[in-house]
Amino acid sequence: MFNTALTLSDLGFMARGAAITLSITAIAVLFGTILGVIFGTLRTQISALAAAPLTFVLDVLRSVPLLIQLILANAFQSILGFGWQPFAVSCVVLSLYTSSYCAEIVRGGIEAVPMVTRRAARSLGLSWWQDLAHVVFPMALRVALPGWIGLTLGVMKDSALVLWLGIIELLRSSQILVTRLQEPLFILIVTGAIYFLISFPIARLGGRLEKRWREND
Amino acid sequence: MNNYTFHWYQAFRAVPQMLGGAVVTLEVALLSMILGIGFAVLIAVGRGSQRAAIRGLATTWVEVARNTPALFQIYMAHFGLGAFGLHLSPFTALLAGITFNNAGYLAETFRGALRAIPPTQARAARSLGMGPVRAFTLIILPQMFRISFLPMTNQMVWAILMTSLGIVVGMNTDLAGVTQALNVKTFRTFEFFALAAIIYYLAAKTVTFGARLLAARLFRY
Amino acid sequence: MIEIENVHKSFGALKVLKGVSMTVKKGEVVSVIGGSGSGKSTLLTCINGLDRIDAGRVLIDGAEVHAKTTDLNVLRRNIGIVFQQWNAFPHLTVLENVTLAPRKVLGMSRAEAEEIAVKNLTHVGLADKLRVYPSRLSGGQQQRMAIARALAMQPSYMLFDEVTSALDPQLVGEVLDTLRLLASEGMTMICVTHEMRFAREVSDRVAFFKDGLIHEIGSPAQIFDAPEHSETAAFLNAAH
Repeated sequence: MFNTALTLSDLGFMARGAAITLSITAIAVLFGTILGVIFGTLRTQISALAAAPLTFVLDVLRSVPLLIQLILANAFQSILGFGWQPFAVSCVVLSLYTSSYCAEIVRGGIEAVPMVTRRAARSLGLSWWQDLAHVVFPMALRVALPGWIGLTLGVMKDSALVLWLGIIELLRSSQILVTRLQEPLFILIVTGAIYFLISFPIARLGGRLEKRWREND
Repeated sequence: MNNYTFHWYQAFRAVPQMLGGAVVTLEVALLSMILGIGFAVLIAVGRGSQRAAIRGLATTWVEVARNTPALFQIYMAHFGLGAFGLHLSPFTALLAGITFNNAGYLAETFRGALRAIPPTQARAARSLGMGPVRAFTLIILPQMFRISFLPMTNQMVWAILMTSLGIVVGMNTDLAGVTQALNVKTFRTFEFFALAAIIYYLAAKTVTFGARLLAARLFRY
Repeated sequence: MIEIENVHKSFGALKVLKGVSMTVKKGEVVSVIGGSGSGKSTLLTCINGLDRIDAGRVLIDGAEVHAKTTDLNVLRRNIGIVFQQWNAFPHLTVLENVTLAPRKVLGMSRAEAEEIAVKNLTHVGLADKLRVYPSRLSGGQQQRMAIARALAMQPSYMLFDEVTSALDPQLVGEVLDTLRLLASEGMTMICVTHEMRFAREVSDRVAFFKDGLIHEIGSPAQIFDAPEHSETAAFLNAAH
């Protein structure tokens, strides 16, 4: 049908790149979510004025291109003499980036919980913490989960940018193969297919969850 | 701390140049939005087409755009199309990639917006004697755009930020490209890119703020 | 005994309570009637501390609700409140809705809490809906669940804020029946209500509320048949 110089070991090379992509994504989503929950909850509990510095920083993280953030962070840590590996720099930047979007998702989820339901909970004698833990968070989770799944997939796709710092993730590994094998279209299609196969099922799952929960309410 | 002295003066002197790049950035973003919206409307309509081929094409565009990285889409435009004899310049490849991406996301937004418009609207328009195309463009589309206004604003900001990916395919006339060219010459990475970051931030905020003003004007009913 | 002494409350520029005073003794059922927006709901939320008052005092069994040293969470164990919107916790089943506070606030074991929950849910007629999610219940059923939820904490006082106003007419009866049952069992109740017939039947006293003040308070016979104030008469005439 068609001839390709792509060998099985080349696919293995790409698989290793995919593994790097997934590991960076996992780390960024883990830390980004933890921070995002803290920041998002904080923003709903303290006054707008007190939260202003945090709000500003998170807004900046969402308004500057991720690529620029990676370059800046790398230059900055080099100036300070940290000597971090590109992988570490990428994880830090991506975690903060993820946390800024996650904070918005968390905030939206918490604010979606009707105030009257929270007043009913407090009227029963539940403390502020108990209300948050047993009433607000479970309800907020339902609202926030589809958005969070979308964010996770977004981070997976954005992780391709770390190739600029020299990390050989999936897209970079495909570029290396293109340079060697000179079959840009085919290799790119394979690469796209890999991204697609990782992303599409999870996106569908999120969509189905959202629909199921919406029916239950 | 290393022996690094900040040379902000050098960076500030380059601001006019960087602003020139920012103009190119805005051009690419705006163009990609106009084209993207155009395609997105066609795709959104195509999703409801009777013919399976058109539906399939529309759905494929959306799913590929949303499930693969934007950088990949730009790479595809720059390197992939070469197999078909199409050698796009960095500018064109960047524009094509971002347009493809915009169209995919906006088509989904539009699809949701169209679903939110009651079918009685179209029926009322047709009952007045309007043909299907007129009913669509005069009655349905304006409502669809109004519902989609906020997501469209976000997509515009997104497009501006995405243009920075151009440096990966050799773009050197937009904000990121100019900054990178200066960086390569002077190695003052931090200073130059910090200023570029500020300009991106201001551009994003201006678009968001301007959109809010526009919305207040346009949607006074 | 609940003592309300000269309570004032404003929301921003809007003064909602302009010096309200009232005493409710143990075992009494007091209905509060009056036009919408007269401040009746706020009176109830000021009793359990959900809203803070600007001046005056609210005392429950001698304890001052709005004192800085008062632990509101402890106070609220003794006062149940049911709102116009039942505010069911959507992610919990009916049984879980009712057992949540006894378990987390009173520290009861799951078994103990469920026993009390089942007793109260049976009392309000929801014994067969224990494992159902609130979204599957009618408004009337959710409201009865809210009543059972408040009762499960075994409070001495129950406050009802227009609990039938948001219900379809055919569901109002079942909720009023529950309230009648509670009254007959000797629960101390303050009911803000628009249901005049119910107020007349069930109450020991009726208070007429208008523009942030109690204009008249007396027995049902007095208020409904021989009101002393013209405002009261005017309201009752308009209501019929």
